[in-house]
Amino acid sequence: MAVLVIADRDGDTVRDSTHKTVTAALKLSGDVDILVIGQGSKAAADAAAKIAGVRKVLLAESAGLGHQLAEAVEATVVGLAGGYDAILSPATTDGKNFMPRIAAKLDVAPISEIIEVVSKDTFVRPIYAGNALETIQSGDAKKVITVRPTSFDPAGDGGSAKVETVAGADAGKAAFVSDEMVKSDRPELGAAKIVVSGGRAMGSAEEFHAVMDPLADRLGAAVGASRAAVDAGYAPNDYQVGQTGKVVAPALYIAIGISGAIQHLAGMKDSKVIVAINKDADAPIFQVADYGIVGDYKVVVPELMKALG
Amino acid sequence: MKVLVPVKRVIDYNVKARVKADQTGVDLANVKMSMNPFDEIAVEEAVRMKEGKEHHAAGTVDEIVVVSIGVTQAQETIRTALAMGADRGLLIQSDADLEPLAVAKLLKAVVDEEKPDLVLLGKQSIDGDNNAVGQMLAALLDWPQATFAGKIVLANGKATVTREVDGGLQTLSAALPAVVSVDLRLNTPRYASLPNIMKAKKKEIAVKAVADYGVDTVPRLKVVKVTAPAQRAAGIKVADAAELVSKLKIVGVL
Repeated sequence: MAVLVIADRDGDTVRDSTHKTVTAALKLSGDVDILVIGQGSKAAADAAAKIAGVRKVLLAESAGLGHQLAEAVEATVVGLAGGYDAILSPATTDGKNFMPRIAAKLDVAPISEIIEVVSKDTFVRPIYAGNALETIQSGDAKKVITVRPTSFDPAGDGGSAKVETVAGADAGKAAFVSDEMVKSDRPELGAAKIVVSGGRAMGSAEEFHAVMDPLADRLGAAVGASRAAVDAGYAPNDYQVGQTGKVVAPALYIAIGISGAIQHLAGMKDSKVIVAINKDADAPIFQVADYGIVGDYKVVVPELMKALG
Repeated sequence: MKVLVPVKRVIDYNVKARVKADQTGVDLANVKMSMNPFDEIAVEEAVRMKEGKEHHAAGTVDEIVVVSIGVTQAQETIRTALAMGADRGLLIQSDADLEPLAVAKLLKAVVDEEKPDLVLLGKQSIDGDNNAVGQMLAALLDWPQATFAGKIVLANGKATVTREVDGGLQTLSAALPAVVSVDLRLNTPRYASLPNIMKAKKKEIAVKAVADYGVDTVPRLKVVKVTAPAQRAAGIKVADAAELVSKLKIVGVL
């Protein structure tokens, strides 16, 4: 049994989510290859080759692959699928975009966002916003799986796999137009050790940034937001933590002015320590928080900044 | 242009799902059911396209067909979409909870019959949380896909779609016909007015059976069990920020 892991590429390297997906893949087989897709991705392939336990790295390049277009990724991966019993990708927006397309082409049932590998054909995944966990056994000969990175430890470095070039397909009927990425020097939300999240209580984008940014910078934290804050335009879409946004599990999660809807809790309740600051003592967020302060963030956050020194 | 909008009847998003004691699934008896919120956004966008509202040019869309696959009561979900402004409905009746692959195959058969220029649907249903049907339907049709749409512009035989992705926004253009799956911030769905609810009662809903389509819907996945996740115990309230910081230092996260 051989497994192909599709890397989550980040410029000249691969993101931590790739290492975590390799950990899940190694539970299925000792023969794990990584596919790096992109354009000008040789350096990222070399970085992937250093992940411990990897047999070889395949590098596929084209213009469409440079933007991770689903049609291009599907055509490339389906061409390679013959050699593998399972294909895994981290459950990033890219992975969620192209993996079901690959599965349909291979006529298999995709398995979304697993949080545990029980055996070679049995997996656990959250359903109903994480209010239930489903253990499923796949009857398909080939498995197409996305992996929730926060549920697996990253594979270490120390490998020296060979990099091979394979044919990269192009996108055909879809074309990249532009992108508009949020620039930030802060840690990535999905991988940060500390996350500070703000809610609708902030009242405006200016207030959101005025409150959250200095606190995040003081703690070396990533900034997240509730759906309500993103919908209201206080924070960019990329900040949203929840059922359909980012799932985070940092060592410390600080929720500020967030009431704690089911959908928000789904995205952060696996954090090690949860702190809630909310002026409503009955807010549901307090039911999952390890430490709560009932109070107005306008008072509590400045005090917190002072206490942090 | 014709738009096909698949909709799903799911647990209402305000209801907290509870696992059945025998671990066979989630208890849906006497639970409020509603249209999947993402599908509601898809219906709203299709109606805005037809109305020529916002950036949509008038006359871009002239017919909206809504399809649901599910139990008889899913007709209520279709009726809601008709009250919002869709033109006619199709229910493919199924008492079994079909997997995304089977749903995609049935929808492909519907697309082959209806020949829409655009399939617009929610990015995921809030019960199974798979986020798969749109992408799979696009693959089976060999159509381009644009998932997680935050903005859709239809012009010159193309859908130009701004997608909500990790890191920010990506805009791509997909030649029509295409499948577009919608995200939360595309629009805020309307509440149907009473006159429109009355009008919707007269709109046609065709009812068919899964068997009418002759596609393979045999499950590929066996549900071994469904369990409740470990519950987090509520913690303690602390008096102020100074006490909080000292507690966080003790547990080693600061």
